[in-house]
Amino acid sequence: MNIVVCAKVVPLSSVTIQIDPATKRMVRKDVSQELDPQAAKAVEEALRLTEKQGGSVTVVVMGGDDATIGIRGALAMGATAAIHLSDPALAGSDALGTAKALAAAIRKEPFDLVICATESSDSYTGLVPGQLAQLLGVPPLTFATSLTVEGRTVTIKRQSEGGYDVVTSELPVLVTVTTGINEPRYPTLKGIMGAKKKEIRKYTAADLGLGPAEIGESGAREKVLTVGRPPARPAGTVIKDEGQGGKQIADFLANLKLI
Amino acid sequence: MDFELTPEQKDIRDVARQFADGELGDKIAPYDERHEFPREIVRKVGELGFLGALVPAEYGGAGLDCVSYALVVEELNRGDASVGITMWAHNSLCASHIVMFGSPAQKVKYLPPLARGEVLGAWGLTEPGSGSDAAALRTRAELRDGVWMLNGSKAFITNASVGGTAVVMARTDAEKSSRGISAFVLEKGMPGFSAGRPYRKLGLHASDTAELIFEDARVPAENLLGQRGEGFGQAMRVLEGGRIAMAAMAVGIAQAALDQAVKYMNQRTAFGRTLAEFNGLQAIVADLATEIEVARLLTLRAAWLKDMGRPAMHAAAMAKLFASETAMKAATKAVQLHGGAGYITEFPVERIFRDAKITEIGEGTSEIQRWVIAREILQLT
Repeated sequence: MNIVVCAKVVPLSSVTIQIDPATKRMVRKDVSQELDPQAAKAVEEALRLTEKQGGSVTVVVMGGDDATIGIRGALAMGATAAIHLSDPALAGSDALGTAKALAAAIRKEPFDLVICATESSDSYTGLVPGQLAQLLGVPPLTFATSLTVEGRTVTIKRQSEGGYDVVTSELPVLVTVTTGINEPRYPTLKGIMGAKKKEIRKYTAADLGLGPAEIGESGAREKVLTVGRPPARPAGTVIKDEGQGGKQIADFLANLKLI
Repeated sequence: MDFELTPEQKDIRDVARQFADGELGDKIAPYDERHEFPREIVRKVGELGFLGALVPAEYGGAGLDCVSYALVVEELNRGDASVGITMWAHNSLCASHIVMFGSPAQKVKYLPPLARGEVLGAWGLTEPGSGSDAAALRTRAELRDGVWMLNGSKAFITNASVGGTAVVMARTDAEKSSRGISAFVLEKGMPGFSAGRPYRKLGLHASDTAELIFEDARVPAENLLGQRGEGFGQAMRVLEGGRIAMAAMAVGIAQAALDQAVKYMNQRTAFGRTLAEFNGLQAIVADLATEIEVARLLTLRAAWLKDMGRPAMHAAAMAKLFASETAMKAATKAVQLHGGAGYITEFPVERIFRDAKITEIGEGTSEIQRWVIAREILQLT
């Protein structure tokens, strides 16, 4: 089974994210980055499947030169090969532009299964997987809390508000995995040493057959109008107990229709 | 001059750091309290390849360079020094001795299980009657009918009772002092070879330290490492790496002490301010951070010299001396910055304080390091 994992490289969770007021984009330059912990779960799930049933895991990452740290991370975990979409023309792509670039790269690969995180842990749009499935012409099975493949049949438990739905489909298919699906492995020392010998194929926008109408700032149909802080939380209500405290709290909750 | 680590060195340090943050620290504290060896966690250390760090790839290890290895030792010891010393004594002493001086057949036989972490390694030089004066060792090895018979004992040996393979120095010629010593590789289960009961120690309660005991221990002739009479010289070469590892361990312990102090100073308030806001206490932290950085640089430089194939004994002695005394100082200050909280087991600095002391003693005391350094400076032979 050939599995493609879409991964993103994001600022370390310990980094305070800055937004460039001019471009309204996240500042990524000189910021320590890592393989998105959400994407690591997608890689882990792919590795567990291929360890059981054989096959390959190819990781596709779109990002600048500093994305190589995350690509190496995925290869050190055990991914077979990586594809790096790296081109200044891709910078500023919106979700759809990103999905187009990923789809163009994935179409060059023989694939049975595409695994994505439900959303990235830096921008959280959660838009790319659905768009990507559409572009690839495969069904999206989303919010998987577990994933199994028997023969050509994929079965997931799809997280729902009250529990989960069991959803099945025939391969090829795209699956998005949730945070709780697994605990990613640590790369082994041999994995890290072996990662530098693995293949990282680089594609430019031209290699993908994409131009300014589809990708980058010019191709983006989403526009970020403003970036702001969430409104400050209003001051809380302080109830001082002078014999009527219990009643006051009850009234307060009743007022909010909580009781 | 280039202070930049390679991408692989950073990746290796980061995985050791992640492992230390996720699996060591508070998770080892209960084992420390029970004086129990954390087998499950050491098994994970092996699965990640840390127990094969210094074993070449052809024998199943990661074949790390010394700089990468020093970074791993620092990070694991920052997480927990009991697990840290278990890992590096196995690597730097036992496995390295076989890597450097074993025959191809000995390497094929002993290195792969050590590298996979299936077997832990111990190394025995010190005896109840000889420590700093290591060449005075009295464990005897006599060749009888093609078999070496060992008699005597080794003291304070890391991984002695949990280990399955041990490299041991023993006297094969009574008349020659250091040139009458040879090295052997022993296996648990050889008749007459056993380990004593683990010691109760000041610190490192979750590491295994015991005597190795030889009572007519029968060791096959092919288990001699290198040539007869070369054991002491081999041991000194092994100790060069051991001292770099002990220095890295000390840097890790010192950093752990500082990290705990910083955390506490930002939480604890006195006189309406956090401890971090007091100038006098800031100065303590500034001094410690500076000295830890010096210790780290000395350690990495010694490791780098070893990677370059250049003599590193002098640099290793300096690194080990400075780093271990920095660890003890940092641990002492970190307890002081915690006040009463630093004296109870609820806070990690109590354990760090107890663990730090060994770094001034093992792999050559501070006094021996000063002697090594002075002899070179004064050109004494």
